[in-house]
Amino acid sequence: MKRLLILFAHPKFEQSRTNKALIHKIKEREGVTFHDLYEEYPDFNIDVPFEKKLLDQHDIIIWHHPFYWYSCPPLMKQWIDVVLEFGWAYGPEGNALNSKKCLNVITTGGSREVYCPEGINNYSVNEFLRPFEQTAKLCGMEYLPPFAVMGTHMITQDELDQHTEQYDQLINALQNGTTFGKINDCDFLNDTPQLNNTSI
Amino acid sequence: MNGSILFQAIVFLSGAVICVPIAKKLGLSSVLGYLLAGIIIGPYVLGFVGQEGEDILHFAEFGVVMMLFLIGLEIEPKNFWGMRKTIVGMGGAQVFGTILLSYFVLSLLGVGWQVAITISMAVALSSTAISLQTIKEKGLFDTTYGASSFSILLFQDIIVILMLAIIPLLANNENNSSVENHDASLLDSLPIGLQALAVILSVVSVVLIGRYLVVPLLRSVASTRVRELLTASALLIVLGISFLMELVGLSPALGAFLGGVVLATSEFKHELESTLEPFKGLLLGLFFMAVGASINFIVIGEYPLTITSLVFGVIILKGIVLLLVGSIFKMKIDQKLLLTIGLAQIGEFAFVLLSFAFQLKILDNAQLDMMLVVTALTMTLAPILGILNERFILPKVGTKEIEKRPVDHIAKTHKVILVGFGHFGSTVGRFLRASGVEATILDQDSNRVDLLRKMGFDVYYGDATRMDLLESAGITSANILICTIDDPDISVQLAKILKEKYPKLKLMFRAKNRYDAYELLDLGIQNVYRESLETSVKLASDVLSNMGYRKYTIHRQAQKFIQYDEASLRKLSGRPNNKEEYIFKVRAEIEQQEKQLEEDLKRGIIDNGVQWDSEQMRLTQKEK
Repeated sequence: MKRLLILFAHPKFEQSRTNKALIHKIKEREGVTFHDLYEEYPDFNIDVPFEKKLLDQHDIIIWHHPFYWYSCPPLMKQWIDVVLEFGWAYGPEGNALNSKKCLNVITTGGSREVYCPEGINNYSVNEFLRPFEQTAKLCGMEYLPPFAVMGTHMITQDELDQHTEQYDQLINALQNGTTFGKINDCDFLNDTPQLNNTSI
Repeated sequence: MNGSILFQAIVFLSGAVICVPIAKKLGLSSVLGYLLAGIIIGPYVLGFVGQEGEDILHFAEFGVVMMLFLIGLEIEPKNFWGMRKTIVGMGGAQVFGTILLSYFVLSLLGVGWQVAITISMAVALSSTAISLQTIKEKGLFDTTYGASSFSILLFQDIIVILMLAIIPLLANNENNSSVENHDASLLDSLPIGLQALAVILSVVSVVLIGRYLVVPLLRSVASTRVRELLTASALLIVLGISFLMELVGLSPALGAFLGGVVLATSEFKHELESTLEPFKGLLLGLFFMAVGASINFIVIGEYPLTITSLVFGVIILKGIVLLLVGSIFKMKIDQKLLLTIGLAQIGEFAFVLLSFAFQLKILDNAQLDMMLVVTALTMTLAPILGILNERFILPKVGTKEIEKRPVDHIAKTHKVILVGFGHFGSTVGRFLRASGVEATILDQDSNRVDLLRKMGFDVYYGDATRMDLLESAGITSANILICTIDDPDISVQLAKILKEKYPKLKLMFRAKNRYDAYELLDLGIQNVYRESLETSVKLASDVLSNMGYRKYTIHRQAQKFIQYDEASLRKLSGRPNNKEEYIFKVRAEIEQQEKQLEEDLKRGIIDNGVQWDSEQMRLTQKEK
């Protein structure tokens, strides 16, 4: 069973209905380390050796965060800046993360429709996530498409339940080492058949 | 002309007002200033004060009583109990050691045994007034020297009762009958057992009255809100205790001390202190002046050699014993020297003891005069010797004020001076050092200074309010001075000096609380650090976290709260009502707090910002 590290960064978690629901189910799961960055480092003083040790102990890294201004909240960026050291995560000797898997789990207020050339945001979520993708690649990790819960402003309870269930299944699939077929064809892991077989 | 009370008051007050500032300017203690003032206005220089000086002396001894009451107020009963071993051990060793040595020397000189014992007992006593005033003025109360001196002096206050009881036994029987003993206490006619019982009863009653009568009394006085009534009650307490003590033949100073200890835990501690402080100061000043005025220069003129040798003999003899006591109790060499010089004078109780012995015809007139002169002279010389010791001997032995060390990597262009290396200062200094900044440290504690020097710090030892020490620490080339002194009065004093002499120096001051911070801000010190602010907010933050609040939210909230509190501190400082006379300091503080809470209320709960407020966004979206 693969070990999962969820790096969760949400400065206003207490106000986020969607994220509370998403996390509720997977937080205590076996083989999953839920690491709440804003709770752990309210003063942004990240314990780098500890974070490196955590990374060592896991096979799959999830950056779970709300999509703020087309990117992650600042503590997540700080985490990337200070933890992914030269000579450790990348660079000539930097192979600590080689062959690990990595993906973003994001929530956006705007719906999927507004993230396209015709919508007000002009670009797709995948395009906005390029920096993360490249970061993962530079560190020798396999970058999977994101899992996104979009349109959270207007989300209904049913939809939310569905997403929560899907996230739980995603964790299952990742833990079991499921390979997502035709992975490059979908923008989001949400869309892969593996996650839609059993869904309600 | 001399008879007029007004004229006398004018003489004493102007003596003090003129001489004390001069002494202070010269870097001498105020005690010395008062003594010199006394000599100048006394019968042998200007002649403004004649024989009545002795009466004034008796009256002014009341200042010593008040001083002990005030000291008692600062010592909580459980701390006092913790000191009992030092009091009996050091005090006993000093008193009996001095008596034995002095008796031995006097016997060798062929003095009769009754006279030798009497004089030895007088010599064993030191001056509480001079020693403690000097210690307080230098802020050395918390050092080994301060605590030892205090213990010894307290023991002397206790033992003097015994001495007064012994002296009549020394008198020849035929003389005894002829003495009219008008000083006799109420209890002299009672058998010895009953006397002891009365003494114990009176001590117990001081404790009980203090706890169960005085505190309720003060509460009812406080509720009238008439300020002078509080002054009256404070004086009443001290006078009442003194009267009770004299009645049973105990030392009023000792009783007052006990009364102070009893009231140290009451809520009126600070009020009593601030009310009695000026009285104590004035009376002690008067006392020192009276001592100065009582020096009989005619006797000195008649027997210059005898007096000189007696004065130095006494000081050396007392010094030897004190040095030995210090060694037995394993004091450090410089603390030992301070103690030796600090208590080497004969004290004010000797006046009482010697006069009593004279009444009983143990001493003759010439002996009495000579001993009184010697006593007064040792008291005058003590502060001078103290200065000599501090300036010339101490810098050479034990912990030196300055230690030469090679100029090393310290960036001279960014010189930082750190005053005080206690709990607060050491954290500041350690963090600076951890960041590669070596501050020049000034500290009053010789043990600590030695340790720091061993660790390679650049440390100066001594009183930071002394200009010469500040200068040798390099204040003229310093950019920043950090003051972490615990005693707010001393920090304020230092702030004043620095603001005046080095207006360009950047000052960063520790403040114990809001009220000290106000005082420092009013002096124009911008960088004031309240020691309680960050820690209390941290504690409250952890409480919120335990209640389930998110840490990051709390963190932002806390930072905003601190910012807001700093701003409100600056807003509320410098308001005229801040300086108004309040009947109670506590009331003033409550009023301040009220204003503060009102400000909080106006502002409401600190808002964590509306950025990424999903609720708001959701509403906006729905409206569309």
